[in-house]
Amino acid sequence: MTTPPTTGAAPQHHPGVLPLPQRGALLTTAAAALATAASTGLAWTWSSEFPGDLTYYGSPAGLQLITLAGGVLTLLFALSGLGVRGLGWLTPAGRTAPVLLAAIATFAATWFTLGAIAVQLGGLVNLEPGGFAAGAAALAALLGALGLPADRTAPAGRETGPAPGAWQRFTGALAPVPLRKPARALPYWGEILVIAAAFAAGLYVFTYGIDADDGPPFVGYLIFVVLAVPALQRAGLTSRLSEITARHRTFALTAAFVAAACFPLTQETDQYTIIGANILVFATVALGLNVVVGLAGLLDLGYVAFLGVGAYAAALVSGSPESALGLHFPFWAALLTGAAASLVFGVLIGAPTLRLRGDYLAIVTLGFGEIFRIAMLNLNGTTGPDVTNGAMGIPNIPNLEIFGFNFGEPHDILGFTIATYGNYYLLMILVTAFVVLVFRRAAASRIGRAWIAIREDETAAVAMGINSFRLRLLAFALGAALAGLAGTVHVHIVTTATPEQFQFAGPTPPNSAFLLAAVILGGMGTLSGPLVGAALLFLIPAKLDFLQDYQLLLFGLALVLLMRFRPEGLIPDRRKQLEFHETGQLDVPPDTGLPERDQAIGGTQAKA
Amino acid sequence: MTTFPSTAEPAGTADTTGTVLEAAGVTMRFGGLTAVRGVDLTVRTGEIVGLIGPNGAGKTTFFNCLTGLYVPTEGSVSYRGTRLSRKPHLVTKAGIARTFQNIRLFANMTVLENTLVGRHTRTKEGLWSALLRGPGFHKAERSSEQRAMELLEFTGLAAKRDHLARNLPYGEQRKLEIARALASDPGLLLLDEPTAGMNPQETRATQDLVLAIRDQGTAVLVIEHDMRFIFNLCDRVAVLVQGEKLLEGTSEVVQADERVIAAYLGTPFDDAPGAEEAAEVRAAEEARSGAAPGAAPEDSPPDAASGPATPEGGAR
Ligand SMILES: Nc1ncnc2c1ncn2[C@@H]1O[C@H](COP(=O)(O)OP(=O)(O)OP(=O)(O)O)[C@@H](O)[C@H]1O
Ligand SMILES: [Mg+2]
Repeated sequence: MTTPPTTGAAPQHHPGVLPLPQRGALLTTAAAALATAASTGLAWTWSSEFPGDLTYYGSPAGLQLITLAGGVLTLLFALSGLGVRGLGWLTPAGRTAPVLLAAIATFAATWFTLGAIAVQLGGLVNLEPGGFAAGAAALAALLGALGLPADRTAPAGRETGPAPGAWQRFTGALAPVPLRKPARALPYWGEILVIAAAFAAGLYVFTYGIDADDGPPFVGYLIFVVLAVPALQRAGLTSRLSEITARHRTFALTAAFVAAACFPLTQETDQYTIIGANILVFATVALGLNVVVGLAGLLDLGYVAFLGVGAYAAALVSGSPESALGLHFPFWAALLTGAAASLVFGVLIGAPTLRLRGDYLAIVTLGFGEIFRIAMLNLNGTTGPDVTNGAMGIPNIPNLEIFGFNFGEPHDILGFTIATYGNYYLLMILVTAFVVLVFRRAAASRIGRAWIAIREDETAAVAMGINSFRLRLLAFALGAALAGLAGTVHVHIVTTATPEQFQFAGPTPPNSAFLLAAVILGGMGTLSGPLVGAALLFLIPAKLDFLQDYQLLLFGLALVLLMRFRPEGLIPDRRKQLEFHETGQLDVPPDTGLPERDQAIGGTQAKA
Repeated sequence: MTTFPSTAEPAGTADTTGTVLEAAGVTMRFGGLTAVRGVDLTVRTGEIVGLIGPNGAGKTTFFNCLTGLYVPTEGSVSYRGTRLSRKPHLVTKAGIARTFQNIRLFANMTVLENTLVGRHTRTKEGLWSALLRGPGFHKAERSSEQRAMELLEFTGLAAKRDHLARNLPYGEQRKLEIARALASDPGLLLLDEPTAGMNPQETRATQDLVLAIRDQGTAVLVIEHDMRFIFNLCDRVAVLVQGEKLLEGTSEVVQADERVIAAYLGTPFDDAPGAEEAAEVRAAEEARSGAAPGAAPEDSPPDAASGPATPEGGAR
């Protein structure tokens, strides 16, 4: 990050992996990327048995769309690198890295598709010439991109050293470079349009993923997204976008919710809408957990229990014939009941345990989470009072009805038919929006600052007059209430409240381990981080069902890799971003972290 | 750096005797170790009082007793005539604010946010207010921010309001700690080695800052190893040696006192490890600054530094 921009006088660039002239490499890449995109108009296989049906001429389908998108992306980045007028905005930071990453992504997705066709249909003979053409073109684009010199200039004094090896040249080409100032600022409406377009594109990508068939189509999609997103990042597009959204936060939030609310309109059946609704429940709970973990810094390993308390409370008053209470509250009252029950539990658990610090709190909350689940199992009439039906749970929870709007029936909205899960999805959007609002407002206030202060340094916070026990309890209770809120809707979506939904760890979300992973993966203390993290953590296991027992293994592997390469989470905290990227602070050496210095000064009495 | 805007009265101005802090017989024992033994200390309105003593003398421990981070084994501490609570956050609320020897900023918060946290006790907006965002909330936030900016202006950090505390240079981190402490509108400010690690210019600037704080009506109790700093600033100086108050008086009295020179500055015990190094350091100091003997040495024998490096950490 401290390297000078590439525009300096006679900079010494790292050479590319392959010895090609720069312009030639760019032209090769562009031409091959164009060919890759064009090849998706051909048939790749003769049999329509492969999911997505890739047999048509002139109409790309299924995984071909991925290759098409990849080819176009590579082409655009390469043209931007060639200096084509009007495309410069595509690469406000790096030029080589985005081309290379896009080419890799296209190559990987295309060759994966071809391989999947060959394996699934039994042999290479199932590939049509179009398939071979696509594979060759993608490879050519990749080779061309490998010939590009790195954006980064070689470190001073290294020119005389030994020539860098191929791997070094490869990582050098992928290294990030700082964002350049835009040539001219966008007008107000331009920025608004950019945000709208970005969210529309986001909705499209998400919808494509959720609609992709399980198995090869989803895996191909995943491979492409995992590699293409870094390409956008290296190009500087994500940073530029977050700059723009930071200027129009309210509009960006609204646009995000509008885009999210459009999702059920894109669905013809309920098959995937239920995944959407479940993602929203999971994401909302993760955001609630983010108040506790991300803001106040309290490690809560039993958080899913609060979702459970809300769910059970709502189930008991839902009018289910199996409910021990036999009450049927209107929805708003059920919502309040769920939230209030969780709140009370939060306070009851928090009051004695929040006097503990760090690890102790984690262990106690872990224990509480399990106690809740086992208590629900035992309140079955034989080992305890009959409240929850034990392992059978409370089934047959009727659909919600708000002002005569029955959630169980399809409704026509704007000419679109929204069925049961679509209804719940839209309801969850409202709940999520509410929780987002609560999170935002709480975080940006005296209370939120006090929470962050406690997280940063509890002793100093206390010495600044913060009643740390009270504020920690407040965070705990608020987090619990938000989870309870989500629990009430959750139980109506799944129609049964069982203890097994609320475990510490399991192969499917929501469970406490996944919730915590969503928060940490996404970015602690941020608003969008847990939402994105939760969406990924829900979608990927749901779509990779065929992996069965290997799922958790891969999940663990993915976590390890992410923590290695992006410890701050997918969407880093503004603070963390400042920590690494703030301009005008580069004069401060990176190793001025407080704690180390403290020790040195405190111990040795350095003097002027 | 000339005006110290004081929008709010220092808390608890009822007492008229002018005594801000009264510590009586404060004793702090850690198991068998008595870190502070029967220390009496009074700070009056408008005073700057210095607290000096060799490493490990118990100065920081005494501060921790005053601010409630430690509960003294014996003795009492009153602020403007009322006995202080043992809860540290209530001590701050009463009107005593402090800085730490080992800087304890909120590293990942911005300069402005750090200062705003200092306003915590002087504002009331709770969670409901934050969620509902009525006019009262916005008014309170605005006035907090205005006050914080005044203090950043006062300490010379206004230009860095949006920088992360962790990215500030060392001297500015110390200043920010002072700004954060002042944000709670204290009647008494406790400074624990405010110039440790600073260069001479920064030390002089800090000196001016402390004087300006005093001139605005906040009494200051300061621990420092820099003798020139102490003797320039303080109306009174108390000397702590091995947990006991050896002496208290004006700068002249303390500078001239045989026991201070012996216990704190000079004649190390024969078998004290590190005594030679201490003597060398002192000789070098004198040679460099040409100051009068007795006033120049700013440090104490390094052997005393072998205690825990972070005394405050004991409160965790
Ligand atoms: N929490 C604690 N537990 C045990 N001993 C402690 C604790 N805190 C301080 N001490 C001891 O009390 C003594 C006084 O320490 P203190 O930090 O108050 O000295 P100081 O005068 O501030 O020294 P310095 O000039 O080095 O800051 C030391 O011997 C130290 O080891
Ligand atoms: Mg000390």
